[in-house]
Amino acid sequence: MFVYVKWWDSTLVLFFIRLLLNMGGGGGDSSEDTAVELGDEPHVLAVDDNLIDRKLVEKLLKNSSCKVTTAENALRALDYLGLGNETLEGAVSKVNLIITDYCMPGMTGYELLKKIKESSVLKEVPVVIMSSENIPTRISQCLEEGAKMFMLKPLKQSDVKQLKWHLMKCRN
Amino acid sequence: MDLVQLQRQLVEYRTSLYHEGFLDEQFTQLQELQDENNPDFVVEVVSLFFEDSERLLNELTKALEQQSIDFKRVDAHVHQLKGSSSSIGAQRVQKVCIAFRNYCEEQNVEGCLKCLQQVRHEYSLVKTKLESMFQLEQQILSAGGSIPM
Repeated sequence: MFVYVKWWDSTLVLFFIRLLLNMGGGGGDSSEDTAVELGDEPHVLAVDDNLIDRKLVEKLLKNSSCKVTTAENALRALDYLGLGNETLEGAVSKVNLIITDYCMPGMTGYELLKKIKESSVLKEVPVVIMSSENIPTRISQCLEEGAKMFMLKPLKQSDVKQLKWHLMKCRN
Repeated sequence: MDLVQLQRQLVEYRTSLYHEGFLDEQFTQLQELQDENNPDFVVEVVSLFFEDSERLLNELTKALEQQSIDFKRVDAHVHQLKGSSSSIGAQRVQKVCIAFRNYCEEQNVEGCLKCLQQVRHEYSLVKTKLESMFQLEQQILSAGGSIPM
């Protein structure tokens, strides 16, 4: 397996390599066939129905050297991730991180999180939930469902820095 | 007016906007995100905010004119407006939205109508002020100066 990385520092790099190895593995040993190349920038999918928030989170992530794709709702996000299709056997996630708003029309960020965790291909991708409302039951519900972090909006640069740090800590 | 005076005027004006609660630290965050790669970031985001807010205010007016008001719909629009105003640091608009949402929850028509009026007013104030501030910035840039932080 070839992995070329030149970004952040080695601890976080190892974290993402392990993530991708886990995704390729599962029960059998199919990871041998999975050639994964991490470029210079992690690819983040940002999901938010608010146009201004999408622009803001995109800039924050780009300022932290991330490649960013945005989606305006959960269904579009699922389509992009390939969960609209029947099988994703052997496929590798297009993204290294998903950050989603909680309150969205149609499918909420929580429901999106559940769909991602149900997918054998995507369940190892870290998911971060954002919300403008500080509701403890909401926060614990998301964390219990497997969200890596819960962040309060409006997002600031320090939040994105903390996100990176937290992901590094969580790798163990 | 010379460049130094313009720059001083901008700093004073900006400070007053924070002091009077029109803007909060989130606006500073926006300014800090602007860089050489995106020199118009703040203007772009604020322009989006203006467009989006105007759309929402129209939707709110329509929704509150209905015979039978759909408060969930009204609340959804206010939630959006609250979110965007918060994200750009338009503090006074955000504060009215908070009160507005409470009235939606209570299904209080009068309260909602009052808040709609207030939020229109606060929005129009912050829009005028931001546009004046951007104009000052433009004058400084045109005079060959740089925007003081």
